[in-house]
Amino acid sequence: MGRTIAVIAEMRGNQLRQVTFEALHAAELLYSPGDRIVALLIGYQLDAVSNTLMQTGIQELIIADDESYKYYEPEVYFAAVRTFNDIASPDIILLGHTAMGRDLAPMLAAHTKSGQLSDVVSFEASEAGWTFRRPVYAGKAFESRRFVDRATPWIITIRPNNFKAIDHLEDRVSTDIANVKQTFLPTPSPSLRSVVHEVVQRMSGAIDLTEAKIIISGGRGVKSSDGFKPLEQLASVLNGAVGASRGACDAGYCDYSLQVGQTGKVVTPEIYFACGISGAIQHLAGMSQSRVIVAINIDPEAPIFQVADYGIVGDLFEIIPLLTSEFRKMLT
Amino acid sequence: MTFLSNESAHSPLDIVVLMKQTFDTEERVSIVNGQVRQDGVKWVINPYDEYAVEEALRWKEAYGGKVTVISVGPERCAEALRTALAMGADEAILIYVENSAAEQLDEHVVSSLLHAVLKDQSPQLLLAGHFSVDQGSAQVAIRLSVLLDIPHVSAITKLVRMEGQRVKADRDAEGDTERLEVKLPALFTAQQGLNEPRYPSLPGIIKAKKKPLTQIDALTLYPDFSQAVGTLRTSIELPPPRLSGKLFAGSPAEQVEQLIRSLRDEAKCIG
Repeated sequence: MGRTIAVIAEMRGNQLRQVTFEALHAAELLYSPGDRIVALLIGYQLDAVSNTLMQTGIQELIIADDESYKYYEPEVYFAAVRTFNDIASPDIILLGHTAMGRDLAPMLAAHTKSGQLSDVVSFEASEAGWTFRRPVYAGKAFESRRFVDRATPWIITIRPNNFKAIDHLEDRVSTDIANVKQTFLPTPSPSLRSVVHEVVQRMSGAIDLTEAKIIISGGRGVKSSDGFKPLEQLASVLNGAVGASRGACDAGYCDYSLQVGQTGKVVTPEIYFACGISGAIQHLAGMSQSRVIVAINIDPEAPIFQVADYGIVGDLFEIIPLLTSEFRKMLT
Repeated sequence: MTFLSNESAHSPLDIVVLMKQTFDTEERVSIVNGQVRQDGVKWVINPYDEYAVEEALRWKEAYGGKVTVISVGPERCAEALRTALAMGADEAILIYVENSAAEQLDEHVVSSLLHAVLKDQSPQLLLAGHFSVDQGSAQVAIRLSVLLDIPHVSAITKLVRMEGQRVKADRDAEGDTERLEVKLPALFTAQQGLNEPRYPSLPGIIKAKKKPLTQIDALTLYPDFSQAVGTLRTSIELPPPRLSGKLFAGSPAEQVEQLIRSLRDEAKCIG
């Protein structure tokens, strides 16, 4: 009998997150004939989004659509995940390693007493079965792990930006939406133990660091919170996100939510611009898996140049505005 | 006869902090015989757990009660627990696991061991770090909240006590802030920005030597724990080293032009 591979989809605003399409691709990689792929979608007013999901080759879509799912609340969302787990009895469950996935996955793992592999960046089949690769020490090393057979379901969170997204929506295992089974979960009961009061969108419109394709990070060399403005302008032209080193956060130039490093976020963008960042070991751990690293620093001896693909020794306040205007010309 | 109408006042709390001892984040990682080399490494309290310890101490100072710090690991972890005692925690528990066995633990086993100790203590407030800077899986604390059947809020940047057993927490959700209200007992994991952890004071360090540090052998809690893991490490390796690349020369405008050309034509990641 085939296995059931499940993807727990995730929304940002009223759209599916990129990492959900990456998880669907990961599901496809784990797929062998006879298996089925199911998805769970939790949120509010999901008609358009369910339609998109049903074109990704899944065989079944389970939908939890209710106003009480408007914001992520661990207890209410987990109740939906538990019901989903009972209905679909998945053998493998994939989620994004995101604020939501990082929260729901261990809840389910504890509930089912199973193993979980977090922040997986790739996996491969060998004679001994599947092994999953994940960073430890924020990427200073990588370990491979496997699941112990009896510990099902296998619960896996994948790191955003590391798996290819499912791109070809036609030419799927099942292309016909009419063949995709849809199941609606009953209206949830409110949690008596916790409730969300509000969500303050501090970063409204901004791109999340872990999913950004281009990151412009500033360090102590940025000198002040105003000093981040040229970085923000470059980010806006390149449709990227702004990050920071611990030095810049500790100095109060920016919010800790921007911190890239072993404490802070680990990021793997296509291009990482390190501006005025010397390159402490704990910072390098958080960004050295980026595809291309550009360093801009006034100090030619800064360790950041040892890991950078391209380096400019110079004043970032001179270089970055030049870059911004050149990119603007090029991209319009 | 006096009536104590103390229902709405803040009663003292039993607080437990989950802690892990990790490498200092400035340590390099090297691998010898398929294991991360540990000799000569500087060990610290996992930085995120420091925020949890600090928050526990602030709550104790405000409302009274007791702070217990607990860790799972080999003998060396006692040092991290002593540091927390020196910061001001009252008691420490080390669930002792031999060094070789500690390498093979997974989050299912660690959370089960913690549950075995904490299930009868019924603390009202549990605090932990958002994740550990070594394994980085962010599972153990959340698993424990499910095993204890209490609510949790992860990655908090603010925690405020309301009337009775109600608590308000701000949660960092990828840049947005979610405001939640939770009823104690509950578990919270600490994100950066929650507070500024204190350093142990000299009198604190002296006092810590007399504070109780109880060691419990993991085998007495879970005799076959090493057989219970859900996942196993098959290998560990260092990523290929990054080689330093091109340093441009010329005027700022020339360097910028060369950079853009390289990004477009060589790295092919733009344009």
